[in-house]
Amino acid sequence: MHAALGSALLAFAAGTASASGTELLKNECSGCHDLTGPAPATLQELRERKGPDLFYAGNKYRQEWLENWLQEPTRIRPAGMFYGKLVVDGEDGIDAIDESGLIDHTALGEADAKAAAEALMTLRAGDDLVNPGEYKEGSIGLSMGELMFDKFRGCLACHQIEPEYGGLSGPEVYTAAKRLQADWMISYMRNPQAWDPRSFMPNRHLTDADLQKLVHYMRALAEEME
Amino acid sequence: MKTYAAMAVLLAASAAPALAEESGADLYQVYCTQCHGVHGNGMGINVHDMSVQPRVHTDASAMSARSDELLFKAIKEGGQSINKSVLMPPWDGVFSDDEIHRLVEHMRELCQCRHGTG
Repeated sequence: MHAALGSALLAFAAGTASASGTELLKNECSGCHDLTGPAPATLQELRERKGPDLFYAGNKYRQEWLENWLQEPTRIRPAGMFYGKLVVDGEDGIDAIDESGLIDHTALGEADAKAAAEALMTLRAGDDLVNPGEYKEGSIGLSMGELMFDKFRGCLACHQIEPEYGGLSGPEVYTAAKRLQADWMISYMRNPQAWDPRSFMPNRHLTDADLQKLVHYMRALAEEME
Repeated sequence: MKTYAAMAVLLAASAAPALAEESGADLYQVYCTQCHGVHGNGMGINVHDMSVQPRVHTDASAMSARSDELLFKAIKEGGQSINKSVLMPPWDGVFSDDEIHRLVEHMRELCQCRHGTG
C-alpha cells in the first residue's frame, strides 16, 4: 500500500503545474508540509509533523477551496497538527490547549494562491486508493446525520460539527465538504492508515452505506454553515 | 549474482516501510491522552462534549476489576465490544497486538494495580 503511494509520487514530475507554482511550493511550503512522502512511520515523525502532508493534495482537496483558503487561511484543527504538543493542565481539571502555541498559516496573494492550488492538484500520490465517482449524490437530515456521527459511530469524540461543539484533537468537519473531495473522504474514512500509517484517526470499519451517509452529512453541515 | 542483488535492492525499495516498535507509554501519550488525559484521569482535551466520560485509568478500584484480556479487547475492538461506549473506537487498524499488550501494561502502571487486587 505504501509502495503504491510512493510510486504514485512519480506523477509529481509529470504534473501540469506552472513552474512558478511548483517553485512556490518548494520554497514556501515544504518547510512545514511534506510534498514528497512517505507519511510518518514513527511516533517521533508524527509528533514533528508541522502541517498536513501534501503529497496527495490533488486527490484530497478541492482546488477552488485551496485557492480561496490560501488567501484567507483559518484554523481547521483546533488543537494544531498534533494536539499532544500543546496540552496543558486546564483550570477546570480538564486538559486544555495552550493556544499561544498555535501557529497561523501564511496568507498568499491571489496570483500565488492560484499558482499554488494548481501545483497542489498535481500531487497525486494514492491514486490507486481512490475510486473516482464512488460517492453518489444523496442527502441525510442533519438530526439523523448527527445521530450517526455521534451516537452510532462516535466521531464527535474527536471532531467538531459546529464551532465550539465536539472534540478538539481532529480537524473540524463542518467545513470538510468544502475542503475535501467526496471520493477522497470515503477512501480516507474507510482506511485512514492506508494514507497515513500512524494517523491517530482509527479505522472504524465503516460500511459502504455508512461512508456514503457520512459524506451526505458533511455536505449538509457545510451547507448549514453558509 | 549481480541480478539477484539488484532484485533484492528493488524489492527492499518497494516494500512498505516497517512501522517502528514504540513503547506503551509513547503510544499512550500519542493516541490515548486525547480522551483519557495526559495524566490518565479521563480528562483529555476532547471530553467537554462527550456524553460518557472516558475511563479513568488511574482508578485502581475500577481498573483492578478488569482483566488484561478485557482491556486488550476494548482497545483492539472498541468500547462496544465489551458493552461500553461507542466513543471508544477500535484501534486494530492502528496498533499491532504487541503494541496493545504494551498499552495494557502501561495502563497497569498508571493504576498501579493488577486484575483482582483492588
